[in-house]
Amino acid sequence: MSKIIDAELVRHIGKLSRISLSDAEVAALGEQIGAMVEYFDKLQQLDTNAVEPMAHAVELTNVLAPDEPGQSLSPAEALANSPQHDENFFKVPKVLGADS
Amino acid sequence: MSDAAITKLSAVELAADIAAGQVSSVEATRAYLDAISARDGEIQAFNEVFAEGALEQAAAVDERIAAGDNPGPLAGVPIALKDNICTTTGHTTCASRYLKDFRAPYQATVVEKLISAGAVILGKCNMDEFAMGSSTENSAARTTCNPWDLSRVPGGSSGGSAAAVAGRLCAAALGSDTGGSIRQPASLCGVVGFKPTYGRVSRYGLVAFGSSLDQIGPLATTVDDAALLTGVISGHDPHDATSLPEAVPDYPAKTDKPIDKLRIGLPKEFFDNADLTAAIDPAVRLAMDSAIETYKSLGAEFVEVSIPHSRIDVDADGGLSSFAVACYYIVCTAECSSNLARFDGVHYGHRSSAPVENIVELYSRSRAESLGDEVKRRIMLGNYSLSSGYYDAYYNKALKVRRLIADDFARAFAKCDVLLGPTAPTPAFKIGAKADNPLAMYAEDIFTISVNLAGLPGISIPAGLSEDTPALPVGVQLIGPVLSEATLLRTARMFEQATDPAGEKFIPPMVKGK
Repeated sequence: MSKIIDAELVRHIGKLSRISLSDAEVAALGEQIGAMVEYFDKLQQLDTNAVEPMAHAVELTNVLAPDEPGQSLSPAEALANSPQHDENFFKVPKVLGADS
Repeated sequence: MSDAAITKLSAVELAADIAAGQVSSVEATRAYLDAISARDGEIQAFNEVFAEGALEQAAAVDERIAAGDNPGPLAGVPIALKDNICTTTGHTTCASRYLKDFRAPYQATVVEKLISAGAVILGKCNMDEFAMGSSTENSAARTTCNPWDLSRVPGGSSGGSAAAVAGRLCAAALGSDTGGSIRQPASLCGVVGFKPTYGRVSRYGLVAFGSSLDQIGPLATTVDDAALLTGVISGHDPHDATSLPEAVPDYPAKTDKPIDKLRIGLPKEFFDNADLTAAIDPAVRLAMDSAIETYKSLGAEFVEVSIPHSRIDVDADGGLSSFAVACYYIVCTAECSSNLARFDGVHYGHRSSAPVENIVELYSRSRAESLGDEVKRRIMLGNYSLSSGYYDAYYNKALKVRRLIADDFARAFAKCDVLLGPTAPTPAFKIGAKADNPLAMYAEDIFTISVNLAGLPGISIPAGLSEDTPALPVGVQLIGPVLSEATLLRTARMFEQATDPAGEKFIPPMVKGK
């Protein structure tokens, strides 16, 4: 039996993920995410109290680059793949007041 | 030289013949374009073939050679790329509907390096969407078939690259490996697949999936070819802050020197486990046994080591699970949920044409319409384990387990030079067989995944053929400590020289023409 990830939680994660979900997807994802989360719980068997988290495989520190201007994309190159633009701007619907 | 004679050559041999004027790069490129016309209708390895661009590049290399120039170690050799590596020629789609029409405004560092070494870029190979999968079935572009048996998958996620190399549709290819995505398809297609140390190869221009795990590497028909390509693409890159500053050894110069007093570690978690032995495919067991025998006959010493946090558990139905797989799917989905946030339908890629009220709706609809089920599932999982209330229980816990896994390897390498294990638990499976069962699919990477978590280099080499009709290839995996590329390649070359010196055992029947 997998963990219950209810429809409300699935919709909440969908919102965080910026993915619109159909009712059928909500049902299927609830089950699939539940099965994975149950698998994740396997890690609770391990005692990790004295262990430092490891975010990167090769832990380089203080990687610095010289503070010099480099090449960057021209506005035309940057806009070349944009589905909608207006002069040198990406075109988007209303941002202010949008539900976040 | 005939087309068949050209496509039979390794990349090293072809480069030497082109440099010596035995064959031109244009002839070689045409031979591979002809092979693609003849066989890729069935294999479906390529998402895009750069026929015109490749012939132009080839002609330019031929001109330089005629003028007495040395265009580099890969002079005139046709190479294919996984479709998540940015090229300014053609498209870079990641096999996603979202990037169907995307043309990269810049070239990946590995592509610049290949071209500087004289290589000809033949085209882009199919993959699981955004490199998420182990069968290349999660592609919005096409279904790639295994050249050994067209009813089976090539593995994944670099399945197109592996199938193209196995089908002799290119001299060699690049793939990317986040949890096994070079090594597992290499095993399933009977080719050599090498994932170098994390940071050895620049990731600049590789579309990011799991940034702390992703690594580019070669798929090739011989170990020497893998060594040549690895040497060409490795090195520090100011565009990738995680790329390693260490100098790149001359890998090809060293591969033929066998390692004296080689000590091979056998993880007891993989070998001293009756349930696991019963659960993995008999062909994989046989390949492992014969690999151990081969190395014994070459004078290697075997030592038992333990990597307890990469232990594999077998459930009542024969299903495989491990701490490492759980850890990996927390880490990679968390990183993917962040990396794929850039696909917003505004800057590039698919934009929904549905009427929307605001920008959040535009994002949400554009992503819903253009991302595949597996990609959505992973983004959602990542956002779940990163979200408030779950972060410590899942993400932070996984990062701690990651260190335990890496520490296990460090302890094991105090006792041996390399580790030997299977690459994948099965040979190639039927198309569709695991498509509806994500957990069964995730088990495909159970032997490869810890290597990415620990950042180590790993190589899969062809080691056996199954009893199936037609027979299917099976690979074994060698794992080394950080920056042990030269040792791994030499160890792999010892095996190849002992078992298949003429390079004839792992050519699929459809290529041999039987």
